[in-house]
Parts: sequence; structure tokens; C-alpha cells
Amino acid sequence: MHNAFLAGLLGGVACSLIGVLVVTMHISFIGVAISHAAFAGALLGTLLGFSPVAGASAFSLAAASIIGPVADRGEFNPDTPIGIIFSVMIGLAFLFMGLLPGPKTEALEILWGSILTVGENDLVLLGVVCALVVGAVTLFFKEIQAVIFQREVALAVGIPAHLVFYGMLFLTGLVITASLRSIGGILIFNLIVNPAAAAYQLTYSLKKLFALAGLFGVCSCWAGLVLSYLFNLPSGATIALVAAVVFVVCSIISPKRKVKKWRCERFVGESSDLLQ
Amino acid sequence: MTDKKDLAADGVVIEIEKAVVSYREDVALRGVSLSVARGSFVGIVGPNGAGKTTLLTIVNGLGKIIQGRVNVLGHSLARGCPASLRARIGYVPQMQNIDPRMPVCAREVVMMGRYGHLGFFRRPSRDDWELVDALLEKVGLAHLARRPIGHLSGGEQQRVAIARALAQEPEILLLDEPTASLDRRVKEEILAQVSGFHKAGNHTTLMVTHEMDIAARLCDWLVLMKAGRILAQGKPEDVLQQEILKVLYENGDGQYYLPRQRRIANWI
Repeated sequence: MHNAFLAGLLGGVACSLIGVLVVTMHISFIGVAISHAAFAGALLGTLLGFSPVAGASAFSLAAASIIGPVADRGEFNPDTPIGIIFSVMIGLAFLFMGLLPGPKTEALEILWGSILTVGENDLVLLGVVCALVVGAVTLFFKEIQAVIFQREVALAVGIPAHLVFYGMLFLTGLVITASLRSIGGILIFNLIVNPAAAAYQLTYSLKKLFALAGLFGVCSCWAGLVLSYLFNLPSGATIALVAAVVFVVCSIISPKRKVKKWRCERFVGESSDLLQ
Repeated sequence: MTDKKDLAADGVVIEIEKAVVSYREDVALRGVSLSVARGSFVGIVGPNGAGKTTLLTIVNGLGKIIQGRVNVLGHSLARGCPASLRARIGYVPQMQNIDPRMPVCAREVVMMGRYGHLGFFRRPSRDDWELVDALLEKVGLAHLARRPIGHLSGGEQQRVAIARALAQEPEILLLDEPTASLDRRVKEEILAQVSGFHKAGNHTTLMVTHEMDIAARLCDWLVLMKAGRILAQGKPEDVLQQEILKVLYENGDGQYYLPRQRRIANWI
């Protein structure tokens, strides 16, 4: 359980920070696409007799690396190559499953993960990647901010915007790869989207967005673990639902949607004829 | 064109020779040559699809030439425009829709103009923030500095974009239709600011516009473009001739929109 809380902290922070990047760039589906690339890679590893984790890592990092260049060369929005990669990876995963005799347990574990049985090595990997993400967001905050705003503007002011954008996508792949065994592909997608989307309801400041998303990610993981322990529920599913509840609550209390009533009421009954 | 040579003698900051640019199957520039002297205010005018924006973007490397030669501030762009050079060229693109949910405020957008000079790992200093605040004050947006950029009106966003380009302390300022789709009052205010910044600053300005009267009033050199070529260039009074404008706006069917000579005289 101690390891699970640590995995929740490290994975929660890493996934949520990455989530801010993908949510603000409107490429949330990248989480699903890269998770399924990892699944296909794990199956290939099992099929060819090498480590499924190595296969998963290679496939997910390769997928993350080619999304940016494919989008730029093909003059697409990034969601198009993400969709292409997702469909190709699903196809490959089914192909490998068809070719693979016997059980596919290890590969399926990568898709579902198991936060309660996280090993020391997985925690070290998660810790390194979490430190990398926090370091990258801190050191390259201004470059990331400019690329999120408008890549054309970032390029024009003298930022190597393509490099920064591809780096952000690669970092996304790295976080997903590192979190797969402990958190699992499905929960990763949840932790990427929900905390960032929840934080997005509360602020227009990118700095606060990163901070709130990280906080929500960790709180969702820890609250989910506690609830799953208390009520004997599946931990991954409980964490996912807690993160979703956080998002719903933030949407309801969001100041962005609140119209300042007193301001509007002043105008009720006033004449609309400006020429009077 | 002797005047042009005189200007060039002061120092050419942009030298374009027989530039060809192609987007997929379309040829946007067909062997365009242009030299721009330091400190000049060049207006680029012409009908839609003439290649005006493309001409602007090959100066800061956002547009890629497939043939020809471009030299900017003494650097050849044969291998692209390095980030350090782009930082010296302010660019205001055509007005774009900004997501109202974008988590960036106006002050931060103007600060982005400093990012290229700061480089990696350096945070904006107090001097940088003071420069940004002064620019926001100059464009009349100090009171909206902390407002999310997507919540500003089109005219306000354009002023922020101009302030951002000026925050680069640019040697060359590129403006792509800075007043398109703005009302007359806002248009005049922005143009007065652009003109003031050009006179006060020590930079060279290239401005794409559809409005001939604006170009004639502000620019000391006009480049008239049509179908990816330069039809004519020179001082406003030399190129704003009915015969030239007739060819510029002729649409291929023998029809054209041509302002009356009296109005042309008013521009100059």
C-alpha cells in the first residue's frame, strides 16, 4: 500500500502535468493512442520472445516521436496523426493477438496496470520520469507557454518551436511508458485528462493550471486508493471515478461560467435606444 | 528607381533575388526580387492571392523558398532562418481567432516577444517586465494587461500583437494586414501607433495592406504585387497611376475595380 501511495504521487504529478499540455493543445486522445501503441509493442515482445515492457516502451516512444513530424509534413492538426496511429496500433495489437498462442496476461496487464502491486524498479522509473517532467515544465515554462499559445508566434519570436513541440510530445510518450506497468494504459488516460480538465475550469493562468492539475492528480490517486481499501473496490477504477468526480465538481463551481448577476441586473429595464 | 538606389546606399537590410515559393501545386512567388533599405516603410499591396503574405514570411523564414536567394540583416537564409535572427524580426500575422479559454493573459503574450532574446533557461527580468508594461501603456492596453488574451476584442488583440512584436526591439517589423476587419476609428488609432513606432524606433517596416489610401499615406515605398510577381515598385506618387492600378486589379475577364483618379490624387 505504501508503494501504491508513492506511485499515486509520482504518477499523479507526471500524468497531470502532461495532461495540461495535451488538454491546452487539444490533443487529449494522444493518451489512448500511445497506450495502445504500448499494448501492441508488449504483444510483439511476447510474440517474439523478448520483454513485453521493452516492446511497449519502444512502440509508445516511437508513436510519440512521429506524431509531430507527421502532423507538420502532412499539414494536419495533430489529432489526425494521433487517430492514424491509434487505428494502426489497434490493428497491430489484434494481428499480434491472433498470431500469439496461449495466454496474453502480461500484455493485458500493461493495458490495465496494477497500482497495488508496484515494484521498487517501477517506482524508481516513475520517480525519474516525474522529476524529468517537473524539471522540463519548470525550466522550459516560457517556451511551452509560447508553443501552447500559437506555434507560429513562438517560431516568429525566435523560439525553436518545432523542437519544443516535438519534445512535449516525446515527454508525453515517456510518461505513459513509465506509468504503464504501475498505473496502466486506461488509468493513465484518465489521469492525463481529468485533473487537467478540472484545473482548466478554475483558472486562466498556465502556472496555476499546472499546480492545480498536479494537486488534483495526486488527490484523486490517494483518495481513490483510500476508498478502494475502505470499501474493497478495484483501485484503478476507483481512482478513475474519483478523478472524474473532481472534474464534475470543478465544472459546477467554475467561476468561468458564473455571470456577475449584479452587473447584468443593472441593465434590466434600461432603454436600449442609444439615441434618446 | 534611382531613389531606391539612393535608399539602398544607406544600407540594405533585406535583399531578395528571384525568390520562388510554392505551396503544394500553387506557386505563390514567381521569381520576386526586392531590396529594402534600412529605416524605410514599405507597403505591399495587391489583390488577394498576389503573394503579399508569402513575400513577408520569407523575410523571417516562416515561408520557405525553393529557388532564389534571400539575405536578411546580412544573413543568408539559404539554410533557413535561425532562431537568433527571427528574434530580431518582429512579426504581426493576420488577425487570428484566439481560443477564449487560452490560459495566457495579454501581459504574458507581450512578454513572449522577449523570449527569443532571453533564450533557454533565463527568466524575464524586472527590466523585461518594465518594457512590456511600457509597451502596453503605449498601445493603450495597460488596464487590460491581466485579462485573458482570448477575452479581448479583435482590435485589442491586434494591439497586443503589435506590442509583442515591438517587445522584440526589432530591427525589421513585419505587419500582415494589421487593421483588417477593424472599424475605422480603431484602424486609425492602430495606424497612428504603427506610424509613431516606426518614426520613433530605428527599424525597417514592411506592411501588407489592402487599403491603398493607408499605404500611400504611411509608406515611403510601395510594392504592387499581382499573381506572385511584383508589378511595380516605387514612391507612392510614382506607382499610384491609373494605368498601373488598372493592370493590378484587372481580374482576367477584362473587368477591374479602379478608383477614380480624383481619389487616387487624394491618397497621395
